Amino acid sequence: MVIFLIGLAIFTTTPFLGNVKMTEAIMIESLNEQELINLEVPLKEQLVDKEFSTTYGFSRAFIAIYNAKNDELKANEEWSMVMWTKPGTVALNLSRASNDGVVTQNKWLFFFLTFGLGIIGPLFYIIVDLKLKGPPGIKNDGIYHDRATNRGWIGVLTGVWLVTFYILLYFHPYIMSDAISLTDPVKGLFKEGAMASQWFLYGLLYCISMLVMGVRMYIKYRHNKYQIVRTTSVLFFQVIFAFLLVEILPLFGLPGRDLKNAMPLDYTFLYKYNIQELLEAGQFGMFLIIWGFVLSIIVVPTLVYFYGKRWYCSWVCGCGGLAETLGDPYRQLSNKKMWAWKLERWLIHGVLVFAAILTVFVGIHTFTSLNGVNDGEGISTIIGISAFDVRDWYGFMVGAVFAGVIGTGFYPIFGNRTWCRFGCPLAAYMGLVQRFKSRFRITTNGGQCISCGNCSTYCEQGIDVRAYAQKGQNIVRSSCVGCGVCSAVCPRGVLKLENGPEAGRFGNEGPIVLGNDGFQLNQ
Amino acid sequence: MDKIVIIGNGISGVTAARHIRKNSDNEILIISAETEHFFSRTALMYVYMGHMRFQDIKPYEDWFWEKNRIDLKFDRVEDIKTDVKELVMKSGSSITYDKLILAVGSKPNKFGWPGQDLLGVQGLYSFQDVESIEENSKNAKRAVIVGGGLIGVELAEMMLYRGIAVTFLVRESKFWGNVLPEQEGQLISKHIKKHHVDLRFNTELDEIIADENGRAKAVKTKDGEIIDCQIVGLTAGVSPNVAFLKNTNIEIERGIKINKFLETNIEDVYAIGDCAQFDQGVNGRRNIEQVWYTGRIMGETVAQTVTGNKLAYNPGPWFNSAKFFDIEYQTYGWVFANMQEEEADFYWEHPKGEICIHVVWDKDTGLFKGLNVFGIRMRHDLFDKWLRDGAGVDEVMANLSTANFDPEFYSHYEKEIVDQFNKETGRNVELKSKKWWRNLIGS
Ligand SMILES: Cc1cc2nc3c(=O)[nH]c(=O)nc-3n(C[C@H](O)[C@H](O)[C@H](O)COP(=O)(O)OP(=O)(O)OC[C@H]3O[C@@H](n4cnc5c(N)ncnc54)[C@H](O)[C@@H]3O)c2cc1C
Ligand code: SF4
Ligand code: SF4
Repeated sequence: MVIFLIGLAIFTTTPFLGNVKMTEAIMIESLNEQELINLEVPLKEQLVDKEFSTTYGFSRAFIAIYNAKNDELKANEEWSMVMWTKPGTVALNLSRASNDGVVTQNKWLFFFLTFGLGIIGPLFYIIVDLKLKGPPGIKNDGIYHDRATNRGWIGVLTGVWLVTFYILLYFHPYIMSDAISLTDPVKGLFKEGAMASQWFLYGLLYCISMLVMGVRMYIKYRHNKYQIVRTTSVLFFQVIFAFLLVEILPLFGLPGRDLKNAMPLDYTFLYKYNIQELLEAGQFGMFLIIWGFVLSIIVVPTLVYFYGKRWYCSWVCGCGGLAETLGDPYRQLSNKKMWAWKLERWLIHGVLVFAAILTVFVGIHTFTSLNGVNDGEGISTIIGISAFDVRDWYGFMVGAVFAGVIGTGFYPIFGNRTWCRFGCPLAAYMGLVQRFKSRFRITTNGGQCISCGNCSTYCEQGIDVRAYAQKGQNIVRSSCVGCGVCSAVCPRGVLKLENGPEAGRFGNEGPIVLGNDGFQLNQ
Repeated sequence: MDKIVIIGNGISGVTAARHIRKNSDNEILIISAETEHFFSRTALMYVYMGHMRFQDIKPYEDWFWEKNRIDLKFDRVEDIKTDVKELVMKSGSSITYDKLILAVGSKPNKFGWPGQDLLGVQGLYSFQDVESIEENSKNAKRAVIVGGGLIGVELAEMMLYRGIAVTFLVRESKFWGNVLPEQEGQLISKHIKKHHVDLRFNTELDEIIADENGRAKAVKTKDGEIIDCQIVGLTAGVSPNVAFLKNTNIEIERGIKINKFLETNIEDVYAIGDCAQFDQGVNGRRNIEQVWYTGRIMGETVAQTVTGNKLAYNPGPWFNSAKFFDIEYQTYGWVFANMQEEEADFYWEHPKGEICIHVVWDKDTGLFKGLNVFGIRMRHDLFDKWLRDGAGVDEVMANLSTANFDPEFYSHYEKEIVDQFNKETGRNVELKSKKWWRNLIGS
């Protein structure tokens, strides 16, 4: 634990360890033509060869100059010269190139001090559980007495850290410039001398968190093969498909894409730049386009019909994967109340509708522009609403705030599947199939339930499993991601995730639970 | 419209109330002196062990009661005047009723041991017991638990979680000896010891020794051994909680005497759940049944009777389940601690000693009578059907794979079990297995 905290502390202080000095050469190399014309003069006056002790200081100064220039251009209506790239992105590039602090000088060392310690520490901590917690079995002892997992101060602190991390990552990546540069050597393993982006840092961190916490899952559920197989699957898909393939495909001149990412979770799929890039990538690109449609329209619902949405949510999906590994200690914090269920249905289906609208807008725009309508600009405004606006709103509200900041940042407060439960449009889509046309159900074992509440408490999706089980009903709920933990924690062997004929899927329909022969009501 | 009053908000009383509401518009009032709202007694250990908070073991949200027009009263009934249909409450008020259902549960047994009322000596039954054990375990190093049954194991688990060492005194020569056959008793005993419990068989409590503050500081066994401890857990069974009814007209023996319609000797007064004692056991069962499921079944039944559809208590085939540390246990039908004269049995145990299955049938007819399983989950509805339809043991053995209720991907042992069964009994059962593609789509 201490080792982990040291690693974390070093990682957290990296933003303060920069030493930024932009030379003229770097400036000229990093900026594009338009930016150079606009910014060369003020930058030379105010920034070049000046030292900053943090990338944050440097970037703030840069962004001020950038915005001032842009405002001036807009005021003068020199639209052709206005710069549309986000200033934060440019600032990140510049500060990455100009940074010469301790961290950037000793990337491997710092990589070890942060990532290395951050891996070794928890592994130790997790592996001693093998001995400490005794023989295999459900060991949820003390979860509600532990300040990390009962929304105590450790949990709150963890949440604050995660939320900060996400806000910086999405909106102010230049502050993390030093942390990003740590991962350069790893990026270099894929491509000599390549520089990592903030998304590379994020992807790497993501995989490592999943792997380390995956080890924890293996140990915690070593008696439960369903959990072992499922964890293996989710780790495999994350590391191979979402991370390695995305890094490796470009080396062969192919577009690096996450093959398992289905619409509408992957809301950028139909974006013009994406389709264009894929079209330009020849056969493999064409394959990706067709695969994208086949996946969403045929593969997804078919598999949901046979196996329930679990095949994706807790076997394949990256968001789900993080939730099931890093998020597992927080699963009990999801809200089980009736009002939360109501809110869930409004929100998630709202996002689904939003995503559908986005898809239509963007689809029309991309299709028309690729077909040369409006000189290749396409139709971007429908009933007075611009496709770009819809895109930006969605990207900001759903993509960044909901999925990232709230979804993951609030693990220690709202539980580990906030995004999957309240926000994910793909989950909503699959949920509808699962609820109305699927062979999947959680079978309740006759009348064996003792209403203890373990299942409901440990359901990360906030399903009140007990409410069904104690009536002898099966659990058929659109939000169930089939993690199997309700079944694992049940002390009386009441629950089993199963696929089977649709007939009788809902189980006991009468008011009387199995075991009472006085009634003919149920027959 | 009647005013139906239920004393006791446990599983039996609450089930009765829910079903009365389903069938009628009667006024319903539940009285309890334990907690304001219904909670799952079986889950008390998990609250103490931090698996859940108290609010998590309440099966219904607090708005449920008002929504279903079930009134609640948090008070103790001191006396019942059946002639005027009136309850005398501890708070001084009185409550009238048209029909009264007694669902007052049990109390931990105390067999008159010297020192049984000292501080630090307690049972595990009520919400208050958990509060007091919280208090008692603050500075405790060792607990002595008396009585080897289900609640004793739960208490042992609870103590170990708080780092309190456990000595477990069991009167019989094996664990849960009046219920489990020899083999299962051994298997569970081994598992309990694996969790570092000091398990003593053939050992009886003689007296509990007090310190100068009236707190338990040690116990003395019948063999004269003195064991230092700060907590003494009395878990040698429970008996009906009927002391407060002694001076009423309601007939009491060990429990509240009822007939198969759950009626007491007084008109419009019924008794259900742990506190009830049948004048004769129904369907070959004991006349006092103290499990969750029977409380529920009696609640379902009495609700019919009080709403005008007179119904006799008629439980289906026996079933039960429990968990001993990491090993789950289920039982269907009857497997007695000692085989009956006309019975034959078959026992299989996994080499690692934590999974086993015990099947009992009629020697002559081959009629399947019951099964114990440890470490494997089985389908209740299937066994219920087999027991009801009078299936033979061969049919049961042949369909063990279908009966399996373990989560997907678990190792299956049906093949080994049936092979050994055939070898030992000379029978010739062929295990029915599924085609691989049927497994794949789960049909
Ligand atoms: C720790 C533990 C674990 C258990 N585990 C299992 C298990 O795994 N499986 C199983 O089948 N069974 C189990 N049992 C047994 C099961 O819990 C009981 O059989 C069941 O709860 C009995 O329900 P009941 O409604 O009859 O009575 P209770 O649940 O005891 O309810 C009676 C209520 O009436 C109240 N009351 C009594 N007198 C008065 C009065 N004068 N005024 C007001 N209120 C009064 C009491 O305070 C109590 O709240 C367990 C029991 C315990 C203690
Ligand atoms: S109901 Fe069970 S399987 Fe479904 S999400 Fe909840 S805990 Fe997981
Ligand atoms: S965990 Fe099992 S016994 Fe407990 S409430 Fe859920 S289904 Fe019932």
